[in-house]
Amino acid sequence: MTALVEVIDLAKVFDVSAPWLNRVLEHKPRQAVHAVDGVSFSIQKGRTLALVGESGCGKSTVARMLVGLYSPTKGVIRFDGQDAQATWRSNGGRALRRRIQMIFQDPYASLNPRWTVHDIVAEPLREHALVRDESALGDRVSALLHQVGLAAADRVKFPHQFSGGQRQRISIARALATQPEFLVCDEPTSALDVSVQAQVLNIMKDLQRERGLTYLFISHNLAVVRHVSDEVGVMYLGRLVEWADKDTLFRMPRHPYTRMLLDAIPDIAMTGRARTPVQGEVPNPLSPPAGCSFHPRCPHANERCTRERPALLDFKGIRVACHAVAEGRIGSSV
Amino acid sequence: MPQPLLEVSHLRVEFPTRRGTLLALDDVSFAIAPGEILGVVGESGAGKSLTGAAIIGLLEPPGRIAAGEIRLEGERIDNLPPERMRAVRGRRIGAIFQDPLTSLNPLYTVGAQLVETIQTHLPVSATQARERAIALLKETGIPAAEQRFDHYPHQFSGGMRQRVVIALALAAEPQLIVADEPTTALDVSIQAQIIALLKRLTRQHGAAVMLVTHDMGVIAEACDRVAVMYAGRIVEVGPVQQVIHHPSHPYTAGLMGSIPSMNIAHERLLQIDGAMPRLNAIPNGCAFHPRCPQVFERCRRERPDLMAAEATQAACWLVGSEQAVR
Repeated sequence: MTALVEVIDLAKVFDVSAPWLNRVLEHKPRQAVHAVDGVSFSIQKGRTLALVGESGCGKSTVARMLVGLYSPTKGVIRFDGQDAQATWRSNGGRALRRRIQMIFQDPYASLNPRWTVHDIVAEPLREHALVRDESALGDRVSALLHQVGLAAADRVKFPHQFSGGQRQRISIARALATQPEFLVCDEPTSALDVSVQAQVLNIMKDLQRERGLTYLFISHNLAVVRHVSDEVGVMYLGRLVEWADKDTLFRMPRHPYTRMLLDAIPDIAMTGRARTPVQGEVPNPLSPPAGCSFHPRCPHANERCTRERPALLDFKGIRVACHAVAEGRIGSSV
Repeated sequence: MPQPLLEVSHLRVEFPTRRGTLLALDDVSFAIAPGEILGVVGESGAGKSLTGAAIIGLLEPPGRIAAGEIRLEGERIDNLPPERMRAVRGRRIGAIFQDPLTSLNPLYTVGAQLVETIQTHLPVSATQARERAIALLKETGIPAAEQRFDHYPHQFSGGMRQRVVIALALAAEPQLIVADEPTTALDVSIQAQIIALLKRLTRQHGAAVMLVTHDMGVIAEACDRVAVMYAGRIVEVGPVQQVIHHPSHPYTAGLMGSIPSMNIAHERLLQIDGAMPRLNAIPNGCAFHPRCPQVFERCRRERPDLMAAEATQAACWLVGSEQAVR
């Protein structure tokens, strides 16, 4: 199989220094956040990779770099064999944008309130000059709305006339308008109620089956990730700590952080279960700990972990960045 | 049955508007026993937070209690004058809200806020209040409590702030704590810590909890009993295990089926089509009937009240009829 999307050693550094005058007068240093720090992964055509992690772990930054909203500080993004960075700058940029689309988290903020649904969904078609004839445009928009379970009559309405779940369907219809191959979904259901979330997740899975779409699915909800993904990457403070097949990851998590996350999640199947809550919190990304950034919270940390940063190593298809796993200090049993 | 700590009966909350009166809560009745944790779940707009707000006497005007009673240890608290209600709130009922940043005053240190709360409700000296505040911070798991006492809320992380808010709620040893989405704004790993903390402290202090959340996982983890709300009414109430695994109301069944589980893999999630009705357009009969897969004639006409189902109580005409709930 060929990888549709390949990301190699991707990094993004944000400058969060105080303004120049403050730096001069108050002797404040320059400060930088390594939001994404050397992440590599690939997604096969027609599959879903989910990135999970807590707030501030850099998962949304990865998503934004993949669609070209941020330019990476370092690293390469390959889409269908071509260097996406170079292509965006060249004449082929438009064609590439047509093939990659994004669905955002907040369906209240990602739709223009002054535009009708028709205008919203038709915009990418007009922008990319895919449909030139106005009546054909109407038919296309109706067909797209129909695909996400909305009626053609909804075209004349405005976003405020829809509920959160319906708005998210409109964003999906808009994203599908250019017939993309790769969809980046940044927490598409986090703002929705569970029954509505189920509707949206089902639509996304149906569309993937029908059109062979490839998804990058960003979420902090592991149960949702388990439902939609084929592979899962776990991020912690800007780095990928584990990347494995979904079933393997959920059955046999290797990295201590993955285990902690899996153990922390309340699940309806586990009524009254007693468990040991995780200690500590995510450190400040401005001054991440030396060595493995998880070591202050890790029950298996030793002296090497505080010093040396572990690389993502392959253990029979499961990629884990952990010294304890590499040295065999943590067994494969859970 | 011993006297319940909190008894809500036939509570009705209205919002008068220019275009007519909106009925936000309709005939809501439930009870919480001393030391019990009752979960209240439902989707946005079901009225779960409003129920909590009505109990602590913080309904936002023009919302008002139009009918029904709220009793704390047998004493009516829904019609108390604001001054007397202020004494109940904090002293006998503690509150924890969703966003820990907005429930703390950014201009005062955490310690000052705790001391103020303690001295408002308990007859103690400033030194004793300070000692108690530090003890509470320690109890909620805040490291270096003596130093943190003099810090401002912005110097705390989200999880630590929520611990401070829990300490504040527990400051006057209330009998009941109303926790409205206490973990929603937090990351999952912190969420688990806060739930465990809330469970442990309420057990130790013997306080009952009304836990309002939309997260069934949290309910499953923390509660003894759960009430499911839909469009301003309780549709099912019962022991947590029963409601989750053997729901009697089709809405509860749909809600449970639509939650992706960590343990069970489904190809498709069960979905309830449509959305919750708006307050100005609640259907006649059972409010759930337009979305219900098992709707029949009677549901469109008549509104069901809570009836004893197997081990829970459900407001559904299917209960007791030949047709079983799927």
